[in-house]
Amino acid sequence: MSGLGYLARRLLRALLTILGVVTLVFLLVRLVPGDPVDVILGDRASPEDRAAMRAHLHLDDPLPLQYGRFLGDVADGSLGQSFRGDRPVSELVAEVLPGTAALALAALLVAWLLAIPLGVLAARFRGRAPDRLASTVAVLGLAIPNIWLGPLLVLLFAVQLRWLPLPGDDAAGLASLVLPAITLGTALAASLTRQTRASLAEVLSRPYVLAAHARGLPPRRVYFRHALRNAALPVLTVGAAQLGALLSGTVVVEKIFERRGLGTLFLNAFFDRDMPVVQGCVLVIATTYVVVNVLLDLAYAAADPRVRLE
Amino acid sequence: MSRPTDSAPARRVRDLGARLRVGAPLVGLFVFLALAGPWLAPADPQAIDLADQYALPSAAHLLGTGDNGIDLASVLLHGARLAGLVALVVVGVSASVGTLLGAWAGYAGGAVDHAVSGLADLLQAFPGIVLNIAILAVVDEPGVSHVILALCVPGWVLYARIARAEAMALRQREFVEAALALGMTRSRVLGRHVLPNLLGPIVVQATSGVGGVVLAESTLSFLGLGPSEGVSWGALLDQGSGVLLRYPHVALVAGGAIAATVLGFNLAGDGLRDRLDPRSAGRAPRKA
Repeated sequence: MSGLGYLARRLLRALLTILGVVTLVFLLVRLVPGDPVDVILGDRASPEDRAAMRAHLHLDDPLPLQYGRFLGDVADGSLGQSFRGDRPVSELVAEVLPGTAALALAALLVAWLLAIPLGVLAARFRGRAPDRLASTVAVLGLAIPNIWLGPLLVLLFAVQLRWLPLPGDDAAGLASLVLPAITLGTALAASLTRQTRASLAEVLSRPYVLAAHARGLPPRRVYFRHALRNAALPVLTVGAAQLGALLSGTVVVEKIFERRGLGTLFLNAFFDRDMPVVQGCVLVIATTYVVVNVLLDLAYAAADPRVRLE
Repeated sequence: MSRPTDSAPARRVRDLGARLRVGAPLVGLFVFLALAGPWLAPADPQAIDLADQYALPSAAHLLGTGDNGIDLASVLLHGARLAGLVALVVVGVSASVGTLLGAWAGYAGGAVDHAVSGLADLLQAFPGIVLNIAILAVVDEPGVSHVILALCVPGWVLYARIARAEAMALRQREFVEAALALGMTRSRVLGRHVLPNLLGPIVVQATSGVGGVVLAESTLSFLGLGPSEGVSWGALLDQGSGVLLRYPHVALVAGGAIAATVLGFNLAGDGLRDRLDPRSAGRAPRKA
């Protein structure tokens, strides 16, 4: 199949998935047993308030009409109106999105800085001390929950050593990003380490690497110019699979470190029963996930022509 | 002849590999605590003793006390029961539903496969706990059953993917074709020949899956979305994080229990995978 055909097919699938996500988010709030008005107002609300809320939410309209209106809100980008304060959900999301993006990118950076050297060392010295160290780090990194790692890091670096600011210290600037990024990046680093090691170990046994060694190229050049480039592809895919963990991890990490972001907006909306905001956050997170996955797939296909032939 | 280190049980333990040697006892401990915890607990986990708040470990309170003087050891023991119950039901339901749907999709192909794979793709677009939280958001007062439901809805997808891939490979194998050629019905072939042969990877996934569910339940409870009844490790960790600066032992105890459980099930899952599929073992034979 041609490159353009692959691109078109992949984009179509992504669009369908996003439409499915929108539909599921819509149905989730409406098909679950129980009246959303009860959840929003509590069961002691007066009948007048309840009727007003029903009218406000257009709950008495037929389902297809509600769905059409919801699609309209998504299409015009407003994502509906928040119950509290009557602002468009998109405005609320846009306010907090940069903070969350900064956190996710910083965590990704932490993961790469930890995982690539560890994975390379482990593959280079397979079965020896660096390999065992890397695999122990990976096992621990996956097992220590970020809800525990976060508080432990705060205890050590902010309370005992006083190197970094305490959670909620807004004046701290970039320094306040360090502990959250480590907390979020550790699990990702663990799985990336494993993948880098496995992928590189596989590539290192290929004939062309042996040939490069045989031609007398310096080992560093063989590793970084020849082996690592080819080992990077599977690592990219793991990155995609782990992206979900990264996105949902921001919810937890923002709460631990009292950071403003999409995660805290989502959680606060949950506790306020502000359904349009809950819906909007879920939509934004799921759509980001789908879009980044498409971009990674396309990058993968661009880098490895074999992918397009499938 | 029989030096103690060479006895059959010792050899069996050594053959387990390092991961299972560490993972299996942790898993065993968790299972034991989940079963017996509430009976072993020295005190009611919600008993209030305001005179003795946030006490460090002592003879009276082996792990110390927390908010309102609750006995942390008792909270841990009761929390193990809740974590174990949620994990058992969620992994049981998710693995069964996922395996059946995935095996059916992979074996039958066509429209069934499109439907199952499409639904799986859709659910996978909601990363991690986001869908769990969205489901709990539409419930007024989440209870244990709601948390279980929220974890099961996306939980089956991974099992379905594994079972589908295995079933597609098995469909091509001679013994399956032979069974069909002998006149066995397709559903009988699926039940008698395909399903039993794809259980290995499912068991591996379910083992690490228990750790994942314990972590997910703890995380939901930590965020304040856990079951409103009962005692959860995640809720205790949340409490401990709130008083971290003055009484760090509460968070250390709660987080340690979660981490040890997740570690145990992850290692056990990895160890089982190594045994079932030597290619994936940590010590892969070096080629050339």
